[in-house]
Amino acid sequence: MRALIERFTKPRSGRTDPAPSRLTYRFQRWMLTPGIRFGVRFGIPFCLVFVAGAAFMADEGRRDQLQVLVNDIRASIEERPEFMVNVMAIDGAGTSVSEDIREVVPIDFPVSSFDLDLTQIRDEITGLDPVESADVRIRPGGVLQVTVEERTPAVVWRSREGLALLDDTGVHVAELGARNLHPNLPLVAGEGADMAIEEALRLFAVAKPLGPRIRGLVRIGERRWDLVLDRGQRIMLPSKKPVPALERVIAVSEVRDLLERDVAAVDMRLAARPTVRMTQAAVEDWWRIRQLNAGGQ
Amino acid sequence: MTDLYQSQRAMRQMRRQAMQRGVVAILDVGSSKIACLVLRFDGTGRLSEDNSIGSLAGQSGFRVIGAATTRSRGVQFGEITAMQETERAIRTAVQAAQKMAEVRVDHVIACFSGANPRSYGLDALVDLEGQVVTENEIARVLAACEVPEYGAGREVLHAQPVNFALDNRSGLSDPRGQMGQTLAVDMHMLTVDASTVQNLVRCIQRCDLELAGIASSAYASGFSALVEDEQELGAACIDMGGGSTSISVFMKKHMIYADAVRMGGDHITSDISMGLGVPTANAERIKTFHGGVHATGADDREMIDIHADTGDWEHDRRTVSRAELIGIMRPRVEEILEEVRARLDAAGFDSLPSQQIVLTGGSSQIMGLDGLASRILGQQVRLGRPLRVHGLPQSATGPGFASAVGLSLFAAHPQDEWWDFEMPVDRNASGTLRRAVKWFRDNW
Repeated sequence: MRALIERFTKPRSGRTDPAPSRLTYRFQRWMLTPGIRFGVRFGIPFCLVFVAGAAFMADEGRRDQLQVLVNDIRASIEERPEFMVNVMAIDGAGTSVSEDIREVVPIDFPVSSFDLDLTQIRDEITGLDPVESADVRIRPGGVLQVTVEERTPAVVWRSREGLALLDDTGVHVAELGARNLHPNLPLVAGEGADMAIEEALRLFAVAKPLGPRIRGLVRIGERRWDLVLDRGQRIMLPSKKPVPALERVIAVSEVRDLLERDVAAVDMRLAARPTVRMTQAAVEDWWRIRQLNAGGQ
Repeated sequence: MTDLYQSQRAMRQMRRQAMQRGVVAILDVGSSKIACLVLRFDGTGRLSEDNSIGSLAGQSGFRVIGAATTRSRGVQFGEITAMQETERAIRTAVQAAQKMAEVRVDHVIACFSGANPRSYGLDALVDLEGQVVTENEIARVLAACEVPEYGAGREVLHAQPVNFALDNRSGLSDPRGQMGQTLAVDMHMLTVDASTVQNLVRCIQRCDLELAGIASSAYASGFSALVEDEQELGAACIDMGGGSTSISVFMKKHMIYADAVRMGGDHITSDISMGLGVPTANAERIKTFHGGVHATGADDREMIDIHADTGDWEHDRRTVSRAELIGIMRPRVEEILEEVRARLDAAGFDSLPSQQIVLTGGSSQIMGLDGLASRILGQQVRLGRPLRVHGLPQSATGPGFASAVGLSLFAAHPQDEWWDFEMPVDRNASGTLRRAVKWFRDNW
């Protein structure tokens, strides 16, 4: 009885030594070799995972199943109400522009915000003529917010195609049916007039003293301007520095009433030699007066 | 002689390979324990930031990354008696150390204490061929040493040039490049029983390890237990191991004498075991916990339980007074020390300028040993512990690990041995042709 208890309570004194067997020793040394260590730690798990994955993917049915599963999960996340977009709100655009925008961005709501390509939408909206810039974002609450800045028409351009509205950089804003829809916008004409709208606006600003006499500016040869007044009068401006030339004509006109007289054209194309062309009737009058004077002598 | 030269050079080559790989194992095959340290060499040691020599005195080129000890089996008097058992013990130690180091070790530097080491002092004197001492001249003077007849079945373990003398100037450690007429050398040679070395080599080979060096444990423990001054001025290191007590005398940082007494701590244990009638394991435990060599009055009253496992109540509950235990131990310790004294006297230790004696080894931890030793060996006795090295675990810093630590220092910075020098040209086999050419040139 005692011996039994002692055996359980006390380890035997002559314990065997923990000497490794030859095989264990060799195996341990083998496992401590760097290449083998790396292989066991990374190579074998990688191979196992790869083989298991390849075996699973070898069957087409399972592959499709996996694809379906992935798509389902993806759809379930995308179609959560937090990500859905229900309405499009357009700010800063008039009714016709809004309709145009809704036309070029045909989205049938509700749609997931993952399916919306905001950059593309923005490019499409910006591609519209009357839109200067657009800002597209998804507002919390499922609203596709489109903030639009419209172009403001600055001039009316009469060309062969008809009347058009241009903004102050010469970009086409809209077609215009009739001139009297925008009676207070200045009129330009001629080919290539839209390329020099900024200059035209400066000229209109300078020509303000002429008041209602101004009919418009005509682009000649795509390089210079003619200012057309009523009674068929024209002020032909040089292609370079037209503004000082016009200022000069206006100054002369105010002092000498040049434009009030029967003048057909004021030619300022050569700055050194301004020329005034009289009308046919005026020339004949002038000849008659000279003859009268000569006859009188 | 030549084949020894070749085999020792092969071991040096192996050591160089181990250095390149950066990992080497140290194996101390003792009679009571086998210790294995795994060293990692990571370049030479750096000095500290203020360029002063650090606490490790430049010994920091390596780091201990694995350490293990196991009970030795099949080793008696520092010699292998049962190879299978010893091989198993070496495997245990190496495996545990490898496991701790997490690296595979292929090269081993080993030391052992037994095998009847015997010291010889050799000297030679040659006239220099030129005026300058060259490598070849040193090789020539080393080769000119008259090797004594050390007997068949013995092998040279260490052969270190201790001192060079050029003309009448002695005490040169490196005479290369100096001018003179005659060059003399003093060499210390240590021979051991060849069979013991062969057994050890065989054991290590059976463990799939390559031997990169072999040393006497007397030399190794002196290397670690003696401080630098003692090595320089002269001192004896006495490594009291389990099965044998090895003696090494150092001077000018070279070992000049080594010997071993075939008695050690195991004999004390077996005395206790016989005297008290207890198993060896119990006797070892009693010796370790209660042993001593100086009995005082209190020791008569201190009773020690002798545990036994026989099942006989009376027999298992015996007690013995500590004075009795000391009475058993002391004569044996005295016998060992007197034997050491006799060996030192025979070697002429009295004539050295310094009489410092350092006791180390596992048995030097007996209580009161320094007092007893100073009575027998002389006044200048101290207990030595091995140098601290990087990464050495606390459990391996005791005096029992002096030879293992010394061997790691030896592995990192080996002293020049005879086989580290080139063979003289006219000794080489390829030199024969050259000699013939020279003869022709001289005669025609």
